[in-house]
Amino acid sequence: MRAAKHVAGLLGLMFTSEQALAAYQMNLPPGVTSFSQGAYDIHTMVMWICVVIGAIVFGAMIYSIIYHRKSKGAVSAEFHDNTAIEIIWTVIPFLILIAMAIPATKVLLAMEDTSNSDMSIKVTGYQWKWHYDYLGEDISFFSNISTPDAANLSTNASVKKDDTYLLDVDNRLVIPEDTKVRLLFTSNDVIHAWWVQAFGVKKDAIPGFINESWVNVPDPGVYRGKCAELCGKNHGFMPIVVEVKTKEDYAAWVSGQKTAAAEAAASAEKTWTRADLMSHGEKVYATACGACHQANGEGLPNVFPGLKGSAIATGDIAKHIDVVVNGVSGTAMAAYGPQMNDADLAAVITYERNAWGNDTGDVVQPSDIKAAR
Amino acid sequence: MSAVIEEHHDHHDHKPSGIGRWLFSTNHKDIGTMYLWFSFIMFFVGGAMALVIRAELFQPGLQLVEPEFFNQMTTLHGLIMVFGVIMPGFVGLANWMVPMMIGAPDMALPRMNNWSFWLLPGAFGMLIASLIMSLMGMGSAPNFGWTFYAPLSTTYGPASTDYFIFSVHLMGISSIMGAINIIATIMNMRAPGMSYMKMPIFVWTWFITAYLLIAVMPVLAGVVTMMLMDRNFGTSFFNAAGGGDPVLFQHVFWFFGHPEVYIMILPAFGVVSQIVPTFARKKIFGYSSMVYATASIAFLSFIVWAHHMFTTGMPVAGELFFMYATMLIAIPTGVKVFNWVSTMWRGSMTFETPMLFAIGFIFLFTIGGFTGLMMCIAPADFQYHDTYFIVAHFHYVLATGAAFSIMAAVYFWIPKWTGNMYDEKLGKLHFWLTAIGGNILFFPMHFVGLAGMPRRIPDYSLQFAEFNAMATVGAFIFGFSQLIFLYNVIKTIRGGEKATDQVWEGADGLEWTLPSPAPFHSFTTPPTVK
Repeated sequence: MRAAKHVAGLLGLMFTSEQALAAYQMNLPPGVTSFSQGAYDIHTMVMWICVVIGAIVFGAMIYSIIYHRKSKGAVSAEFHDNTAIEIIWTVIPFLILIAMAIPATKVLLAMEDTSNSDMSIKVTGYQWKWHYDYLGEDISFFSNISTPDAANLSTNASVKKDDTYLLDVDNRLVIPEDTKVRLLFTSNDVIHAWWVQAFGVKKDAIPGFINESWVNVPDPGVYRGKCAELCGKNHGFMPIVVEVKTKEDYAAWVSGQKTAAAEAAASAEKTWTRADLMSHGEKVYATACGACHQANGEGLPNVFPGLKGSAIATGDIAKHIDVVVNGVSGTAMAAYGPQMNDADLAAVITYERNAWGNDTGDVVQPSDIKAAR
Repeated sequence: MSAVIEEHHDHHDHKPSGIGRWLFSTNHKDIGTMYLWFSFIMFFVGGAMALVIRAELFQPGLQLVEPEFFNQMTTLHGLIMVFGVIMPGFVGLANWMVPMMIGAPDMALPRMNNWSFWLLPGAFGMLIASLIMSLMGMGSAPNFGWTFYAPLSTTYGPASTDYFIFSVHLMGISSIMGAINIIATIMNMRAPGMSYMKMPIFVWTWFITAYLLIAVMPVLAGVVTMMLMDRNFGTSFFNAAGGGDPVLFQHVFWFFGHPEVYIMILPAFGVVSQIVPTFARKKIFGYSSMVYATASIAFLSFIVWAHHMFTTGMPVAGELFFMYATMLIAIPTGVKVFNWVSTMWRGSMTFETPMLFAIGFIFLFTIGGFTGLMMCIAPADFQYHDTYFIVAHFHYVLATGAAFSIMAAVYFWIPKWTGNMYDEKLGKLHFWLTAIGGNILFFPMHFVGLAGMPRRIPDYSLQFAEFNAMATVGAFIFGFSQLIFLYNVIKTIRGGEKATDQVWEGADGLEWTLPSPAPFHSFTTPPTVK
């Protein structure tokens, strides 16, 4: 079974451009960008220098442990100082360090040069998802883990554990091949770090700051990464998936996104049926709200309040809309107004007011949200 | 002659009895003993948390704990091991050994010594109380990692963060008072003839460590006070929405945090520098270069802090400076390792348990030093940062480094403390299980880290499964073999073969001129050092 899985994985590797997920991976993979290859080369060089020094030092120690032991009749020597040798083993390491510093500096300077980029994408960290905004393109979307149930002890077992377990998202970041893409990082709440190992890019997304980096991926493919900075409960459950497309496919994707955006805008204008709001609301809830308030609406005691039977979810509609749209300052409840369109907000509020036995019977339309904004 | 001295001592050995002996103690040995027991108990508490973490990570998927609780475990494990195990462990050793090594009757400031110990149970009681409340369903214990980065620990911190802040303040006061005491003792109470350059290396390393403590613990107190203000009094030091700066938190924290890692390793260097010459029956090689190397490491520790922050988006000039400065640390650290090896070279070595732990320390600490050198290279560090490669690195230097040296020190000096020899067979068994278990535990972390596993995650994707399972097996071997240590210590306190005053054939230093067990007051008449 296990072997079959490995074979399947290997075949998958041969026939698709999915990143290798080999078991027993022991070393840093070289990655696919000049960036990651630079890091890999310097990593390899320094590691081998360490191995050689280690072999010499440990070799001397082991020799001494074997031969200079009392049980073999060794008599201790008298020497306990030697200025010449002290100078030698201060100077030689210094020279070795200079030999490391020169290539390291070169690689670093190349990495930090974000000039002459062809396009820019703003990456914003949220607890616990990523938001991508294609600057100047009018394309922006959230990217959530595609298996939100994995983040809870009670529901984790029901999630299928395959090669993309914890590594898949609903909306991938799509970029064109062979293009210098500048990435701008910031955060809406706590510090996150956007890391795609195959690109060699790891940058903190910090609230109030904009950090920058860049990628230029020569070949199409799917590359996976993770949040690398502890950002709260679901830190382990905010993967990154980057899909690199050929320039033609990318252009097609961009126009597809624009059509979809137009459709979404239109849907916010129409009046929805209660059933449609409920079914759409359930989906929105699962990706945006369930991480804290839980799929069953009960929250986590003393950490995240429950919505089941809560005063807000069963009380005044205007207050409920206000909490969701504007957030609650000083708490983990973010403002979802800027994150979602009117239809999503209307659907999720309708869902919260009618799910888990809340049964208020209320229906919130996109027009209500628009009026409340 | 010695019998006369002992009687004289007995006459003055006015030991209070009962609980008062410990509560009101001003005796460096009793306080040292309390520090060491406190450290030992916390070692098991923090170790139990580590086993919860490793058990959860045995397989992919969530099996035992919620991610929220997992974060509380990693946070408290780190805080307890750093502030509750390694630091008090070394302070305990300093309390016991510094007066005896410099020929003093006691510490210079005995009442302050009492207070600095008794703050600790309060501080950790409060920290652990927040975990107990969390287990009882009342809020969350600190869950933001031992580095408590803002704003996760400020705007987004649980209510217990304020307890945590108070607890850190108390630990800081305790450490500063302990450090002042050690400096005052070393400066004022050395036996006639013991010039600074004749002090044992352990005393030297602690002397320098104490200055580091005085320099950086107030910085830690400052950063937690700013957090307290942000959380409760409406300031915005670290809140970007109010004009503050989350990165400022990291700068201030690591300005404390980097010297802190040397606070945890310099006394270990000292311990190893006492043990290796003893069992090699040869004087330490390059005494003065050892002292200068320690001082250089201490100096450099103040100008390298931002190498913990390469991914925060520093200007490239900053990255280069901190990369170069960090590389320099390899030089004095290398000198120390070379000197230990040269001390062993052409010695006449035996391998009792303290020597085994000391050699284990040199091997494994050096591996941690190599990975440290690798991660100071900024472009490569982008790939290592916040992965298990880092976790492997700092466990090699702290668990199989600092903790190994404390174990070595206990085996080395416990015959002097108790008057009894420990059980050598059990000691060796403890060493081998700890060393083998520790490597099965920590070595695979290098691999999963390089392969791309971030730290502080309760669940991972499938390609990391094999090495994580291995690490968990190692963790349980490592953890449970410490029970042998506990048993051996208790057994030694209760009895055993009587130790001579000299204890070890190659032992050299004033502490070995005292009877075993050492009298309640060490040197009532100062010895003269040639």
